[in-house]
Parts: sequence; structure tokens; C-alpha cells
Amino acid sequence: MSEPRDPVMASGPHGPVTTSEPRDLVVVGAGPAGMAAAATALDGGLRVVLVDSGAAPGGQFWRHPPLHAQGTLPTAGLHHGLRTYRALRATLSAHRRTGRLTLLLNHHVWTTAREDDGFTVHAVDRTRAPEERPVVLRAPALLVATGAYDRQLPFPGWDLPGVLTAGGLQSLLKGGGVVTGRRVVLGGTGPFLLPVAAALAARGAEVVAVCEAAAPSAWLRHPVPLLRNPAKWAEAARYGGTLARHRVPVRTRTAIVGAEGEQGRVAVVRTASLDVDGSPLPGTERRIEADTVGVGWGFVPQLDLLLPLGCDLADAGDGTMATAVDDGQRTTVPGLYTAGETCGVGGAALAVSEGRVAAVSVLTDLSAPGLPNARRLAAERAAVARHRAFARAMAQAHPLPPAWPAWLTDDTPVCRCEEVTAGAVRSAHADDAASDHRQVKQLTRAGMGWCQGRMCGPAVHCLVSARDQPYVPAERLIATPVTLGALADSGETTSDHT
Amino acid sequence: MKVVVVGAGIVGAACAFHAAAAGLDVTVLDRGPVGAGTTSRGEGNILLSDKEPGPELELARLSRDLWDEAGEELGAEAVEFEAKGGLVVASTPDALTALHAFAARQAAAGVRTEPVERVRDLEPHAAPGLPGGVHYPQDAQVQPVLAAAGLLRAAVRRGARTRTGEAAAAVTGADGRITGVRTADGTVLPADAVVNAAGTWGGEVGRRLGVPVEILPRRGFVLVTEPLPPMIRHKVYSADYVANVASSDEGLETSCVVEGTRAGTILIGASRERVGFDTAMNPAVVTALAAQACRLFPFLRGVHLIRAYRGFRPYCPDHLPVIGPDPRVPGVVHACGHEGAGIGLAPGTGALVTAHLLGRPWRGADPAAHTGLLPDRFLTPGGVPK
Repeated sequence: MSEPRDPVMASGPHGPVTTSEPRDLVVVGAGPAGMAAAATALDGGLRVVLVDSGAAPGGQFWRHPPLHAQGTLPTAGLHHGLRTYRALRATLSAHRRTGRLTLLLNHHVWTTAREDDGFTVHAVDRTRAPEERPVVLRAPALLVATGAYDRQLPFPGWDLPGVLTAGGLQSLLKGGGVVTGRRVVLGGTGPFLLPVAAALAARGAEVVAVCEAAAPSAWLRHPVPLLRNPAKWAEAARYGGTLARHRVPVRTRTAIVGAEGEQGRVAVVRTASLDVDGSPLPGTERRIEADTVGVGWGFVPQLDLLLPLGCDLADAGDGTMATAVDDGQRTTVPGLYTAGETCGVGGAALAVSEGRVAAVSVLTDLSAPGLPNARRLAAERAAVARHRAFARAMAQAHPLPPAWPAWLTDDTPVCRCEEVTAGAVRSAHADDAASDHRQVKQLTRAGMGWCQGRMCGPAVHCLVSARDQPYVPAERLIATPVTLGALADSGETTSDHT
Repeated sequence: MKVVVVGAGIVGAACAFHAAAAGLDVTVLDRGPVGAGTTSRGEGNILLSDKEPGPELELARLSRDLWDEAGEELGAEAVEFEAKGGLVVASTPDALTALHAFAARQAAAGVRTEPVERVRDLEPHAAPGLPGGVHYPQDAQVQPVLAAAGLLRAAVRRGARTRTGEAAAAVTGADGRITGVRTADGTVLPADAVVNAAGTWGGEVGRRLGVPVEILPRRGFVLVTEPLPPMIRHKVYSADYVANVASSDEGLETSCVVEGTRAGTILIGASRERVGFDTAMNPAVVTALAAQACRLFPFLRGVHLIRAYRGFRPYCPDHLPVIGPDPRVPGVVHACGHEGAGIGLAPGTGALVTAHLLGRPWRGADPAAHTGLLPDRFLTPGGVPK
């Protein structure tokens, strides 16, 4: 079943129609958290701008083809929680008709700043790409719901064409109906590998193996959060059913430790069983023919807009830092809120609940009239607590194998943009005592290229930092590449765009 | 002689490099890794072109020669040292007249200057219609963290030690002379001399050592583009500020420097704001720098900015570095307050500090020739801050 065409959500050929009316809240990111937050804030009477870089609302989890292609690319079977998605879309559409919601799609936010009693949000409109039109938004409150992205660990051959992130495979499928590859091997750790494997198998790819680094018994060490989230069991059982139907083998305590190419593309994947600390067990290596590899080691919160605003971080418990928030999703910066994966990776249901809780805080702090009743709020907060406990249990059950650097040879590229090898990173550590990824970047250029360390940062961190230290991402003052011409023009944009 | 150098930035590393070469017993103390402060937040400028005749230019000329020497020892490739030359361009005939007058005074002070009639002969992608400029062949560039790490490694090869920690206080003997430095964890490092090379934090380190100097932070942003094939050959900047230099420093605050790097990125620097240690992003500065760079090189309009960084340049109230012994606590030698010129002035500063420690000239640095940089200028004859 395809999504019904919803003209109210379309941005139209001439860019979004916006007004220069004052807004109460800017929400960056129209994924589960951002949509839920915007809907609740609008229902409470606020005027909201919802900004997203994508061509349709939904974020990564509810990624959809561009609006014009949704009729010909059925993707409903790939999604979960579509009832929530449709309800949120309906709410947003209704508020857009009254003019209280401004939905800005194809808008890429490159920075935010505190100003007077609020925030400025600086974006470029790429509706008519490659043209970039600068847009400056102002509001007293800012809610950042920018999600997370795949955490990658390098291995020999990971830079071959045909090696993708698990999240990349999923978004090609959801966003364009593209099944990448005919023989696919998935590897890494975490519950996300299963839906990707199930979706690819259901769409006709031969998923030759799913290599899960964790032990199958790991979940059982945290029974309480699991038992309190029966919906997660049902979801896992559904994936299990799909994988069994398509005879997809799931190998636990196994990792992809190398890939080899042929004619400029991945052809063979090397897997190995792992020791307790993650070292490959001698004699267990297998060679599997494959044309596509999807790898995911969990996710890293996308904090690029939050860090420069100066908010405190907290250990997310999965090897990364996330934004520190109070029980109302307030950051330590007054007027700045965040919800979803930016507070620690935990999935879409958690993101929706956090989005709603965050919006209630905005309503409260701005003394808006339309607060939801206390019982509903208490229920959302309970849902947040339950899902957070589940996410923590998942993170503990799916750690990064401590000995993964043993897979690397000295010539394995770690930073692909600047072609910096594991050997170069190791000698920066040994010879110049570099003990964080920032210092390694200064000495080797790892993380100085196009992706600015978004891909290699966590890996470099693991190679040079103490084992128990979570990854603190580099501060990136420019959240997305933007042309100097658009910036030059933006300087001349003195008022809110109209 | 035991010397503790406080600060492992480019200046501290250069002090250690020269002091160790002179046979002194050197320990470099820093709370963080090498070059992690302002050193890593600049473009790596080694400039003569932007300096007026005076004490700073004298040090810069010495330092330029010592950069050549250091480049030979460390390997020019290894520290990305590039004698690419600077090109200052005027955008109006009036600015060109002012620039030529300024360059003539620099030439009289020993700087090599070459008038340029057609800017696009040197920079084919520069904006059309620029009336002219001045080429400064001695201007150069270095990757500052690699250079600081290289200088420090070379110092260690000559026996210097590095130590992680924070200077908390001076330890002095009965005669008031330095006998050591107490670190934040309570350790005392024995020392006959302490060099305050703490850069932007030099004011705080001076206070802790009992010799307060006024070092203020000036925030600067630098923009970095996507990597490109070589498009810009020199350090190119506008002469508009030259007319302002004589009257005020304010005019410097938005003048931009555009240059390519070995890695293919183009650096656009640098703004100057007096906002204390406020780390906040200022989008207005970024857009202003972008607009200025696009005016100099119109092709940049289609080039992506991928990164921006900012740092705090340390400056003294008179915008000259403070280099030399502090009479209030014998044994303390300052080497800070270099503002935006610390990379270029580092080897000269290291040699001058070493000369002060030795009490005789070292590597062309004669303390008697650089009295304008002494801390005495901020003190009354009795040693009280003016």
C-alpha cells in the first residue's frame, strides 16, 4: 500500500510559502522525534517552523520516496509504526492549512546561534538544487531532533565499492525502493541488522549471512527491561520469522574481518568467530562470495548543531556521548531542547515520546495555554523511562568488541576522505602521544576531509583513547557543506526570509 | 641550567628547541597535548607583509631566517613548510597608493617587496579589475601543529623532557629567585628559569608565577573549503586594512586572507573580535569572511565551505609580544602575547628567549636588539605595573 498523496505536505515547485510572522519554536529534523514534538507544540497553540533536509517528512526511520514518486514506489511494507506516522502527518497537515506550521523541506541547516532572547537558525534551501537560497529563522525556543548515523569500524577492504553502511542499505530501500546487491552479507552488532536483513530478503536479495558480533545470550543478562517492552519482542519475532522464511543464517559471535575486491568491487567477505574480547579465533575464518556488504556497529548521535551552542553532554552508555537533558528534554542551555537519538540512541518509539515530552516543556516554558493533561504527560514520561531502560540493555548486550583493532593491518585506511591509514594513526599515538581524535586529526589529517570525521571519528577514538572513555564528537561549526556564495548572500539577508 | 617551559604550543616548542640546542636542561610543561591551543586554530602564517617597521618586524625578519633553518632540520615536507609568498592586493587606486607607501617603508626596513601591476599574472583566478598589489616573496606557510610537534620532537632528541600538568605557582629562594615550579598536583619541578609560553593563558600563568602581565584573548574564525586542484598560489589578502593600520587596529578585524594548502583546501581567515573567551559561533563573521573572499576570488562562490574553526589569539594592550625576563621575579622569562603572528614569530622568540637565558646572543638573536619587546614597558622603574 502506498502513501496517499498529500498535497498539503508538498513544498511545491517554487519553494515553501512562508510568512514573516513571528514563530515560537523552530524544530530541526522531521523524523519521529521532530514530527511528534512539532505536532504537540502546534496542538498546544504554538507557531512552529519544522525544518528538514529531506524531500519528505519522516526522517531516516520513516524515510519515504520523494512525494512525486510515492505512488509508483510502494514502501509501506518496509515500515513500522506507520499508524503513528500517519497520525502525525495528519496533525501537521491540519496545522499547515491554518498557517501555524511552516514546513521547510530540502532545507539544510548549517549553523545555529544564540541571539538576544532566542536562537537564529541558518539554513540553505536546496529545493532547486544546485541553487542554494539562504534562509535565516528566529525563534525564542529551538528543538534539535537531528537523530543519529551509522557507527562504522574499519576493516581491510571496507573502502571497496559495494561496502555500505547498514543504514545506507535501508535508506536506499525506503527512500527509493532500491535493493542494493544480489548476494548481501550484513555485519556489525545491534538489533538494527535484523530489520535490514528482513527487508532486503523480502525484496528479493539473497542475504547470505548476518554476522552479529554479540553472543546470543547477551540479551538474557538484562531480562527486566526486555520483559517490560513486549512490543520489542514481537518486533524481533517478526524479523525472525522473515529471516527463517528466507533461510537467512544469523551467525552470532561472528564479525566481518575483511573484504576482497575483484574488478573494482567487493567480491569476497572474510568472516571469523570472535573470542570473548572480540579477537578473531584462529581457524574459524570463512570466505563468503558477495557483491554487497552492509555494516553497522550501532549509531552515533548527530550533535553537530547542539555542540556549538554549548550544551552539556552525558555518557550514553554505548560508547558515545549524547546530549544531557532533564526529564523534560531541556538541555543545559536555556530555550534549547532535544529529543530522540541526540539524547542517546534508542529507536523511534522512544523518539516520539521524547518529542512529545520536549514539546510540553516548550509549552510550559513559554507559558502557552494548551498543555496536555497531567495523566498523558505522566504516561509519556513513563514510556520514555521504559524505552530508555531497554536502549541501555541493548547497548550493553551489543558492545563494540574491545579487540576489533586487531582486524586492522597498518595499511588499512581509517579516514577514507584523507586516506589516513591505521598505521599513521597508531604512530601519532605512539610518537606524539596523541590521545584523542582531535589531536590525531591535527597530526595526520584523519577527519579533515569531506565527512569531517563523522565516519572515522569513533574508530580513531577507539584506536587512541582509553578503553572506557566514550566518544565525544568533534565540534563542527559548519553542520553541512554550504557554498561560499550562499554564505556571502546570507550575510546580506538581514531579516527573516519571506 | 634547568629551564621549565610552560606551554607546548608553537612558541613553547620553539623555546624548547633552541634552549635544548644551547645545551640547557629543558622540561616542557603543558596540561594538554602539543599544539592543542591557539597553535591549532590558525592558518600557519609566516608573514612579513602585514608588519609595520618596528620591534615586531625586526623579530619577524630574524624568525623568517630561523624558519628556513628549522625547516631544513625538521623536513619541509614533514611540516608542510611552503615559501609560497604573499600577495597583497588593492581594490582601489587610493588603496594602492597607500599600499605602495607602506611597502616602501617595509623595504627600507629590509623586507623584500615587488610591486605587481597585473594581479592576474600571479593569481589567474583573482577578480578582474584589481588595480594592483605588492608581492612579498618571503611570506611563507607551515602546518602549525606538525611544526610544533616537530620542534618538540627535535628538542627531545637533544635531551628535553615533556610533562603533562599545570603550572600552579613559582617556588622561589631566599633571594627571590626562581628555584622551581609547583604543578597543580603538588609536584615541584626544580628550575633555574621558567619560560611563560602559555599563549592566550599567559596572563593566568604570569599571575600564578607572581609576575602578572596583561594578555587578552581575541577571537578569530578561519574557514576551510572542500579540497580543490591548485587554484590559489600565494597568500592573498586585501590591502584595504593598510590605510587603517596607522590610525587604528579596528580596521584589521574583517580583512580576509585567502590561500591554498597542500591538502587542496582553501583557508579563509581571519576575523578578530574582542569577546573574551566566548566560544559561541558567530554566523555574521562567517558570512562576512565568505563575502570578502568571494570578492577577491569570484570562483569561490561555487565552492563549498566544509569547516570553520575558531581560536583565541593572545594580545598585549600594545599589540606587541612580551618577550624577556620579568624583573619582579628573577628567573621568569615571558614569551607570549603574539596575537595572530605566533607561528611566524616562534623560532625568533625561541632564539631570543634562549639568548636571554644564556645572557649572550644566540642564533642571531641579540637581546640588546629587541628591547622593545621586554616586559619592562608595562612596569614602572620600581617594578609596579603602570
